[in-house]
Amino acid sequence: MSVPHALLALLSEGPKYGLQLREEFEERTGEVWPLNVGQVYTTLQRLERDGLVEANGTGDESQHRRFGITSAGEAELADWLRTPPDLASPPRDELVIKVLVALRVPGVDVPEVLQVHRRYLVELMQQWTRIKDDGDEGDLGLALAVDAELFRLDSVIRWLDSAESRIRRHPAPPVKRAAPLPKLRRTTGVRR
Amino acid sequence: MNALELRHVSKTYGDGAAEVHALRDVSLTVEAGALVAIMGPSGSGKSTMLTIAGSLEEATSGEVLVAGQPLSGMSRNEKARLRRRSIGYVFQNFNLLAGLTAAENVALPLELDGLSVRVARGAAMKALGELDMAGRAARFPDELSGGERQRVAIARAVVGERRLLLADEPSGALDSANAESVMRLVRSACRGGVAGVVVTHDAQLASWADRVVFLRDGRVTDQTAPLAGPESLLAPGHRQ
Repeated sequence: MSVPHALLALLSEGPKYGLQLREEFEERTGEVWPLNVGQVYTTLQRLERDGLVEANGTGDESQHRRFGITSAGEAELADWLRTPPDLASPPRDELVIKVLVALRVPGVDVPEVLQVHRRYLVELMQQWTRIKDDGDEGDLGLALAVDAELFRLDSVIRWLDSAESRIRRHPAPPVKRAAPLPKLRRTTGVRR
Repeated sequence: MNALELRHVSKTYGDGAAEVHALRDVSLTVEAGALVAIMGPSGSGKSTMLTIAGSLEEATSGEVLVAGQPLSGMSRNEKARLRRRSIGYVFQNFNLLAGLTAAENVALPLELDGLSVRVARGAAMKALGELDMAGRAARFPDELSGGERQRVAIARAVVGERRLLLADEPSGALDSANAESVMRLVRSACRGGVAGVVVTHDAQLASWADRVVFLRDGRVTDQTAPLAGPESLLAPGHRQ
């Protein structure tokens, strides 16, 4: 989540105070992303330094200053909205690595490993769905944020399902345990 | 009392070399007001489990109890009465009768159970009204959208005093917005005390349930833990 750009988006509606920005940020993201006020002021200072916002209040204390977006800030926001996030480089997905490793470890029941992860993901999805179910059906920010999580988790479960069916069709050749190492003669002292 | 209980249920089709074990020693309990999802791939036995739970098919061995009543001790007529009065079914392809209006489809099980047309229609209109479908009550199924047809099917499944709702991929033919709306209706029926069982291969659908039971090759292999509070999602380690 890009906090600077989220703040620019809120400021595009008109000048606002830091506390107000924090409240609106949490409200718009369905309170799924809590944000502390220190983070808001640090980000605003950075944006001000880069000429993307300007403070039109008085006083040195950040909480007494009202921030507004500059035309450079508006251009930056428009550019960010249209820049796709980096999805092109393959992620080093820990789950994929675990499954690939499981295939090579002798005696591991791979479908059972897959099921452990599937169950965990479904439990996470149940919690997100409960948040959506308990929330106001008209809360668009909440629904969109929760849906994004649900689709992301669902895609991982689909991968697990597909992996299981692929493994059933083409089981990996059994991994032979290496012959035990010969017993080492006990030595005394440390060779340097 | 449990709304549904399956005790060591097995189901075998065919015999000899053609023998197929659709269910093997399956046990499941669903309390009133709970929504349970049965999740598994095609051929895992989940639809068989649902038809046996709904007394549409008989188990080869084991016992099925609906509202504490063992199905094995019931005559065919008693089972038919149980299906009409206590169990509601929702299928992927809606299974509405094309020649009847929405209201007539919903009222049909009550009329078959001997209620007067007036009383049955009254109950049907109430059920349709609760699903925001009162204005479409006089429409025939082919005049309704997919989402509306599924609402009618749900109204038919919960009309009257039904205590058990059995759904087989209830949103399979719908887009995600309509699928969510169907599951909200199912959950709402459960909040009213109905016990729900939904079989699906779709994790998004299953995630509406209080408990998800995983079925593989006719066996229950796993189930989810009781639902943690939403605050656990904001704990370190869950944040992206």
